[in-house]
Amino acid sequence: MATVNAQPAVPSSVWRARLRLASRSVRENWGLFVRTRIGLLGLAIIAMYALLAVAHPVLMSTVWEPRIYDPVIGYAFDETKQPAPPSLKHPLGTDPLGRDILSQLMFSARSEFLLGLLAATVTVVIGTSVGAIAAYFGGWVDTILMRLADIMIMMPAISVLIVLSALIGVEHFELALLIGILSGFGATGVVLKSQALSVVVKPYIDAARSAGGGHFHIILVHIVPNLLPLSFLYMMFTVTSAIFSEAVLSFLGLLNVRMSWGLMIHTTESAGYLLQVAEFWWLIFPASLSITLLCSAFYLVGRSLDEVVNPRLRSR
Amino acid sequence: MSEATNNTQAIPAATSRLLLRAIDLSKRFPLSSGWWDRNPSFVHAVDGVSFDLMAGETLGIVGESGCGKTTTGRMLVRLAEPTEGQVLFENESGDLEDIAHLKGQPLKDFRRRAQMVFQDPYESMNPRRTIFDTVAEPLQVQKIGDHAERLERVSETLGLVGLTPPSSFLFRFPHELSGGQRQRVAIARALVMNPSFVVADEPTSMLDISIRTGIMQLMGELADRLGISYLYITHDLAVARYMCSRIAVMYLGKIVEMGETEEVLQNPVHPYTKALLSAVPVPDPEATRDPIDIKGSVSVPVDPLPRCRFYDRCPIADNFCRDNDHPPLQDKGSGRLAACYKA
Ligand SMILES: Nc1ncnc2c1ncn2[C@@H]1O[C@H](COP(=O)(O)OP(=O)(O)OP(=O)(O)O)[C@@H](O)[C@H]1O
Ligand SMILES: [Mg+2]
Repeated sequence: MATVNAQPAVPSSVWRARLRLASRSVRENWGLFVRTRIGLLGLAIIAMYALLAVAHPVLMSTVWEPRIYDPVIGYAFDETKQPAPPSLKHPLGTDPLGRDILSQLMFSARSEFLLGLLAATVTVVIGTSVGAIAAYFGGWVDTILMRLADIMIMMPAISVLIVLSALIGVEHFELALLIGILSGFGATGVVLKSQALSVVVKPYIDAARSAGGGHFHIILVHIVPNLLPLSFLYMMFTVTSAIFSEAVLSFLGLLNVRMSWGLMIHTTESAGYLLQVAEFWWLIFPASLSITLLCSAFYLVGRSLDEVVNPRLRSR
Repeated sequence: MSEATNNTQAIPAATSRLLLRAIDLSKRFPLSSGWWDRNPSFVHAVDGVSFDLMAGETLGIVGESGCGKTTTGRMLVRLAEPTEGQVLFENESGDLEDIAHLKGQPLKDFRRRAQMVFQDPYESMNPRRTIFDTVAEPLQVQKIGDHAERLERVSETLGLVGLTPPSSFLFRFPHELSGGQRQRVAIARALVMNPSFVVADEPTSMLDISIRTGIMQLMGELADRLGISYLYITHDLAVARYMCSRIAVMYLGKIVEMGETEEVLQNPVHPYTKALLSAVPVPDPEATRDPIDIKGSVSVPVDPLPRCRFYDRCPIADNFCRDNDHPPLQDKGSGRLAACYKA
């Protein structure tokens, strides 16, 4: 009993109070999110693909024989003609190279997630910092960051990627970094800066300064938390654009990746089946539908987060 | 319109110890110029302002919108750096020290002794932080005390400003409080480090009329109890009368008249002060006052001409006022200072 009393009672109640406040705000926001409906739909789709991604390695190590089902080097010896239409053993059929399409789809889901989330995280970390710093310091710091943003926005991403993939070979990781940097220093940074501009003129920033708070304290404690809702929103939109860019670039054959949804369409196209959709639908639909669904899902989540963080939009 | 028509006052007793002395304080803001602009224009927001403030005294700054009241206050707490001039401020060892251009740790130390209460209680608190976070922020950034001590200090200060019981306010957010309660929180934040000087920038002007007197009474009481000096900014002469032992009347960045509040209000010397007073309804129905007309409205002091700032609107100005620079602040008898060639 005595050891319990050694803990000062007051601070622990402070943390409990904070925890209560945090959980209350999570509950309230979750309630608003649920009420938007489209956000839930988006979450459901994301959850479905997350399940597929997680299930792949499990299936590979249990029921799927790697020799046949490996998404890259497998071959469906059990089929006589490739591409084979859907069957019990291959629910979505096989591709022109005899690989199982469901396996490819599930295998790619994981890298799509990693790509999207990495790109989004890089975007938001850079964009929030750029926005907060440019708005807070102003002057030449602002000028330099905004000229850089102009360059990023004007940069023809596709041609840069062509050059880069010729020079170093762009994989998922590099692509995520590139998208994150382009968007973080570019459009996202500019949007977050304009939001930050409305924060830096608030008297509570002056109050913090006159309390003796340094630049770091003010940016971290007062500006960034007020940018975070918008940052999360842009995070969702960046996931969408990252997955979509990946699909386009893989389809063009510009990415050095082992397997992805875009690459599946690329394989179909280079084997000459792209224009025979009606006959070989399983070569096109699973991959393109997945791209569309997952992109829309993140977009829907973003839209409904927008309604949660923007009371203005809520009461329609 | 005036919320302090009763004769009770909240004026604390001043001591004879000098706390702050502003000497020729000026602040100029460049107007929309770039680096290519060879001759930028300047707004002379505050232009050569000097005054003393005794420990425990409340000095009022009154004047129309845009005359430089807020800018003056912001320079005194170093939210703005003076373009020119000195601010001598009593430091910990009791000596006067120029704080006009302090930097780094000395500036941070100075901030413990000089605080500000802002006009808008709705914007002066971060909506995402609890009342505890807001009031404890100065202690946190100044690294005063540990968590338990800060909690105790914050609770004590909330009690001091009449937010009782403090525990029921600590973990609420600003939007859950009324305007008056928020302004009390803002006062608590300003007082939590035991400052000797507080700039109050129209602390009641955004509040409901019914609760203004309460806030003013509170500020008066606190000044008395804690020995704080205020620079009390207001455009309402009745408020100044209620709160301040001395007032300075500002016009376009200049102090045009300064003296004991009652003296100035009952027997104004400067034509601008007279005009301000004639715009205020007289509480005493017997009293009569000649209406004084001033032409036009207050302008923005962009690169002002070297003549009396009040020339354009002055009812008694003549060619001398036009051809000479702005008049100096001179003693017009019994300690009253006024800046006018004609008075
Ligand atoms: N940061 C700034 N940049 C440029 N001009 C400024 C700035 N701050 C104030 N000014 C100008 O300086 C002058 C004085 O402003 P100040 O805010 O001190 O007036 P005030 O007496 O407090 O007015 P109010 O009663 O409206 O609060 C105004 O003309 C204003 O436009
Ligand atoms: Mg003001």
